[in-house]
Amino acid sequence: MSQVAQAAPHRERLWDAVVAGDEYAGVAVVQEALTAGLDAEAVLLDVIAPVQEKVGEEWAADRIGVAVEHAATAVNERVVAAVAHRAAGGADRAPRGRVTVGCVDGEWHAFPSRLVAEVLRLRGWRVDYLGGQTPTPHLIAHLHHTDPQAVLLSGSLPTRLPAAHTAITACQAVGVPVLAGGRAFGRDGEHARALGADAWAPDARGAADVLARGLPRPAPAAVRQVVDDLPHLADQEYTLVVHSRGQLVKQTLVDLEDRFPAVRSYSDVQRERTAEDVAHIVDFLACALYVDDPEVFSAFLTWTAGILEARGVPARSLSAGLDLLAARLHDFPRASRLLDEGSRALAARPGDLAAGPGTRV
Amino acid sequence: MGRAPGVPLLVCAFRGSPQSPRDVAAHVGAAWGEAPCPVLVVDRHGALVRLNRAARSLLPRACDGDRLDGIAPAWLSDAHRHVVEGTPGAPSGPLTGAIDERVFEAHPSPSTDGDVVWWLVDDTDRRRAEQALHHAQERSGVLAEASSRLLSTLNVPRCMEETAAMAAEHLAEAAVLVAPPHGRRHTLTYARRGGPVSQVTWKIDPFSVHGLSEALQGFPPVPARWIDPHGIPDWLLPEGFTEPPGSVIIAPLPGHGVPAGALVLLRSGTERTFSDGEEAFARLFAARAGAALSAARLYTEQAAITATLMRELLPPTLERVHGVEYAAGYRPAKDHERVGGDFYDFHPGADPDQETVVVLGDVAGKGLDAAVLTGKIRNTLHALLPLAADHQQVLTLLNGALLTSHHARFATLVLASVRRQGGHVRARLTSAGHLPPLIVRTNGEVEQVPTRGTLVGALPAVSAQTVEATLAPGETCLLYTDGITEARGGPLGDEFFGEARLRRALAECAGMPAEAVVERVQMLAAQWLGGGRHDDMAVLAISAPKNGPLSVVGGEPSQIRRSR
Repeated sequence: MSQVAQAAPHRERLWDAVVAGDEYAGVAVVQEALTAGLDAEAVLLDVIAPVQEKVGEEWAADRIGVAVEHAATAVNERVVAAVAHRAAGGADRAPRGRVTVGCVDGEWHAFPSRLVAEVLRLRGWRVDYLGGQTPTPHLIAHLHHTDPQAVLLSGSLPTRLPAAHTAITACQAVGVPVLAGGRAFGRDGEHARALGADAWAPDARGAADVLARGLPRPAPAAVRQVVDDLPHLADQEYTLVVHSRGQLVKQTLVDLEDRFPAVRSYSDVQRERTAEDVAHIVDFLACALYVDDPEVFSAFLTWTAGILEARGVPARSLSAGLDLLAARLHDFPRASRLLDEGSRALAARPGDLAAGPGTRV
Repeated sequence: MGRAPGVPLLVCAFRGSPQSPRDVAAHVGAAWGEAPCPVLVVDRHGALVRLNRAARSLLPRACDGDRLDGIAPAWLSDAHRHVVEGTPGAPSGPLTGAIDERVFEAHPSPSTDGDVVWWLVDDTDRRRAEQALHHAQERSGVLAEASSRLLSTLNVPRCMEETAAMAAEHLAEAAVLVAPPHGRRHTLTYARRGGPVSQVTWKIDPFSVHGLSEALQGFPPVPARWIDPHGIPDWLLPEGFTEPPGSVIIAPLPGHGVPAGALVLLRSGTERTFSDGEEAFARLFAARAGAALSAARLYTEQAAITATLMRELLPPTLERVHGVEYAAGYRPAKDHERVGGDFYDFHPGADPDQETVVVLGDVAGKGLDAAVLTGKIRNTLHALLPLAADHQQVLTLLNGALLTSHHARFATLVLASVRRQGGHVRARLTSAGHLPPLIVRTNGEVEQVPTRGTLVGALPAVSAQTVEATLAPGETCLLYTDGITEARGGPLGDEFFGEARLRRALAECAGMPAEAVVERVQMLAAQWLGGGRHDDMAVLAISAPKNGPLSVVGGEPSQIRRSR
């Protein structure tokens, strides 16, 4: 039986343990899996990783609440630690080299990067794991200090792509190549390429393979400005939308009240949720302007529509928000086009929840 | 073949001319003979017909009737043969070649009777100027590359590797960078053109190499011609450099007041020796490398000092202890700093019956100055732990210590003494002028712990009221600083996060483990901020675990803790 098929029953039992918030049961499941002959990498990637993915899916479908989601993630973190600890006691392998694993500045989803770090350790790399929420200046200081062979940069939130771009160019400027990974960088790594990353990998195994093949150091002389990679930014639409974010949200709320009198009777909490939704639209619009990819914006809209409908909120409020923003941004040709394509994507939506950017986590 | 550009028009007088070439002079008169460039008339058999004055001074041995291949270089006599024979595929550009030390462009003008007039245009100076310009461009290119490659890293070993690699690439066949000694050991970085760069640290004797010890001591450089290449010891040769060295440059790397090392450039005996120009350029390169290396060394030293001093100021790692979960998170006001005016500390009880003491607080101000005072407060509180049964007394003593220090700052804080009793957790909580802790009950209700007191470090006397709280399994007590509630941002960009939002967020956290609560609060505050500026933010959670005491587990959790 293949390791993947072998992992299935453990996966189910681990799922039960994490939604129950039961750390001990979770640790027991993976220890049994290891004893049963699954190797540590398979436990990390074929048992724990799918369970964590399911946590996100179940939250999106409103089948588990925020509390369960966070508790499950915390349990999974400890389960990873238990696997890592047990594996660390095993064979003493000579390190293949030193690498740094970290998240994009402002990225809260540290779990995928944690898995990558552990897989690389298992494969004999010396790994400095910086965790989530690492400010880019700290990352660069760390690179000066340790001079690793590569940085593995993880990103889940597309809205953090501009920050990812900053991190990528900063790492390369000190002569360290960047291997990007995570949902934010696109299904086929298209955003990783657009932002000038040296390599992209779809998952932890792929990342380990890329490292094993070796990544050449970028020429430090080739330090780039943001517009060198993304010449469309010269039109300033991204900058202007980001600068006027607060104002855009306020105006859109006022316009919403004008158009839908029902909005006026919203409670404070409802009003704030609506404001947050509009702010998210603006954030993703800005992100799509940055990478100049309508898919980023459309994927966010269809995903959000699914989230809203799973919670009994009709998705037409999204379309209304898009219309109002389009009216405010009619002088911005790229933004107008994105809003237009977004509206069409919403209209054509089959109601797909499977994949999409995580925002309201 | 058409008329070569730059050839005076008068030559065209030959074309179709019925006279014999010997009458040329009659046609062109003195102008031909006085032309400033050498002119030779050669017949179809390769014999010299006439030379003008310039040609005679260029080829002093030549006489009329001599064969061209006897008095001129082969390139010219070959070219003549090609022109006469009309060989196809002759080079399209102007013919060039050297005669003695000078370089000429040769422009042939064939006449119908087979004689060819060769106009030689001296091109030497233009070529020299072009070559000089090319060299200058190449060198400034190398220096520019050196600057950007060396400035890009503040890592000393890396900087040495880059220096050696570039030197081997552009200046010599191989290069060795000898770092200043650590004790009696030197780090040596070897690079060979086209080969890998390697680094070793060895005990060597720099005095065994003439010029090396001088360079490492900061004496003026020893000229290359004084260095005996045969005296270069094997340890100064990179692996794969098998030929005996033929010439050597040893250039000091000037540093910040002290030498940053020495750069040894090697060429094997089969290659040409280093010129004076190359030696001067090597020193120019060495100066840049020295500056970059010194900056990297300085940064590394400073970073090490900062890390050592900072270690005591960094927030501690919290963990589950004696059946109670603790977790905390910290985000300094400035993202490039690691410490600030908010702090927390954690002193686990010696055994499960002893209280674990945690503290979270906020010193007025932010940045390093505030962080230094947090260190003092944490140290003082650590010393006062034996008195922790009485929070009021601890705060009075701390207040006294702060008042007598030279710091003009004050602080607010919450003290918590926590112990597990049966399935519940009991906490004695005292606020000294700080935001009161919040408790999340299992049913999602959020309560404020009604403890209040005066801040410390400002008034001669302090008073505080200790409150005892009980946490049922799954309940959490949250200590936080105003950086959370005063986070400014949100969808509209200019609102405070506020206590009401914090309470709403906590209500969703019922039953969550302590670290998940901390992460949730930190995440919501960070999302609220967006990219905006903020104060220091600290949050600390004390939770009664939902699922039973440790004994259930069979020894595993201690392992888990260690590895985290």
